[in-house]
Amino acid sequence: MTEEAPVLELRQVDKSFGPIDVLHEISLTVRAGEVLCLLGDNGAGKSTLIKTLAGVHPPTRGEILMDGRPVHFSGPKDAGDRGIATVHQFGGTFPLMSIGRSFFVGVEPTKGWGPFKVFDRKKANEIAVQAVQSFGITRIDDGDRLVGGLSGGERQSLAIARAVHFGARVLILDEPTAALGVKQASHVLRIVLEAKRRGLAVIFITHQVMHAMAVGDHFAVLIRGALAANFRKGEKTREEITDLMAGGEAMAGLEASLETYMQSHEGHPPSA
Amino acid sequence: MNMMRSFFYRPAAASILSLVAVLAFYVIFGGVNLANLAMAASWVNFAANLGIVALPVGLLMIAGEIDISIGAMMPAGSMATAIISGHYGLPIAFGMAGALALGVLVGLVNGMLAVRTSVPSLIITLGTLVGMQGVVLSASVLLTGNASVSLTAPEWAKFLFGHLIGGSHQVVVIWWLVLTVLFGFVLHRTRYGNWIFAMGGDKTSARNAGIPTRGLTLVLFILSATCAAFVGMCQAIQFNSAQVSGGMDYIFNTIVSVVVGGVLLTGGLGTVPGVFFGTVTFAIVNQGIYFTHINRNWANLIIGIVLLIAVAMNESFRKLALNQQPGKTAKASTS
Repeated sequence: MTEEAPVLELRQVDKSFGPIDVLHEISLTVRAGEVLCLLGDNGAGKSTLIKTLAGVHPPTRGEILMDGRPVHFSGPKDAGDRGIATVHQFGGTFPLMSIGRSFFVGVEPTKGWGPFKVFDRKKANEIAVQAVQSFGITRIDDGDRLVGGLSGGERQSLAIARAVHFGARVLILDEPTAALGVKQASHVLRIVLEAKRRGLAVIFITHQVMHAMAVGDHFAVLIRGALAANFRKGEKTREEITDLMAGGEAMAGLEASLETYMQSHEGHPPSA
Repeated sequence: MNMMRSFFYRPAAASILSLVAVLAFYVIFGGVNLANLAMAASWVNFAANLGIVALPVGLLMIAGEIDISIGAMMPAGSMATAIISGHYGLPIAFGMAGALALGVLVGLVNGMLAVRTSVPSLIITLGTLVGMQGVVLSASVLLTGNASVSLTAPEWAKFLFGHLIGGSHQVVVIWWLVLTVLFGFVLHRTRYGNWIFAMGGDKTSARNAGIPTRGLTLVLFILSATCAAFVGMCQAIQFNSAQVSGGMDYIFNTIVSVVVGGVLLTGGLGTVPGVFFGTVTFAIVNQGIYFTHINRNWANLIIGIVLLIAVAMNESFRKLALNQQPGKTAKASTS
């Protein structure tokens, strides 16, 4: 093997909750400096897969490898310590905390001595603002602002910058663009590319094919807990991917018929 | 202008404004002489006893929990002191240690139940509140055959916990001020304070970030029960006796003080200065009314109104803080 081992690899991973099989023989690899897009409709098992990757659920069968060596995560903390960071849909989870404070939750910088050790607010704010700005979000310049006052895209960026700052090697982004407008989403996509440029392995979960195609190097489509397709950039068109996600050929046909209908009815969609 | 702005973003702002509003109301409609009211022992003593309990309860509420068992812990603390040192005649140190140990024990039970079960802490502490009332009454009747016990504390204990400064102000006022500084330092200046805010914001994320949420919850519950027992202990030493009843008023009084002080009921937001001023406001409404020619019976109406206005103000200040855009107009340009 001449290539470097993938940062994170799943081999034939099954996950079942009691009698219910949620994931079925999932095999995936993510390499440093690569974006893996995980596509799937609601209920396809995306969140269970994320939780398995992030150490919340241990796999029922199969193994997880990091840098080519099998690992067992004892919990989300353990996975985090090994460099796997998950950023959820709404980014920062402490809306009422300041940027500086929430950035350093659990690892607060302190100054002073003994019982008079105090939280170093200035340093925390400086580092947090600098980390976000290095990702190109220059509008964040005051670490005392509350996270809840940021826009959705800024929050995502803050969360990603935080993960990178604390040494994440694998970044799992759970539907980061789902709740965002077009402009905000493009900010987040730019940050995904920046994380990739810095050599992180990124797992980008989404059901928006356009967003996936904009940043992905590698695509995996999940249907009912199994991998329906696994292909590289440029191997499939947007239509083909949409069809795969919907589980058949229906979508392309439906889209085509919608389009013809709208053309012949002055742009109005058919009434339901 | 900038200072005005940052003032309004602080959760303590509402409590300070409430205080000013109440004072203005008393002066204009009640004919109060502010100089008389300013350091009057009646409300200062009231505020000190209330404030020592409101501080830890405020921290608990910022962390997303609540403790109402304090209502039983006050009489429990004073009865423990009086039974051990008054009825059995042991040295006062044993009585005090007993009272505080009881606080630690009940706090530990509250905390354990809160971290081990998914029962809301309101219900858990309601259980320990009622339970402790039963324990205190039974223990008192079984051990002493009475529901009230007298106690004579030695000089040094009197001096530290139960004498009147200048013949009017209880010494617990000093304890209250010291504890306010201490709690304020911990909440706003140390990393533990950051953990408390994070816990109140989102407990799961806080735990995933490596914060020992269970341990912290235990400590906070122990603090609130112990502080309540401490106040009870000081009262027993001050008044040379302890009764089984009483303390129930403290439940609502502390919650009102903490909420008027700008602590968010759902957790994650609040300040120690806010709780301090909330307590002062409550005490002035409650006790300051005697300085007015307003009938005493109206006091609760005023408290109710103050509470509602303070909560409404907190809500709008919170929104202001979230939309804070220094140096920019509220609707930021999309360049």
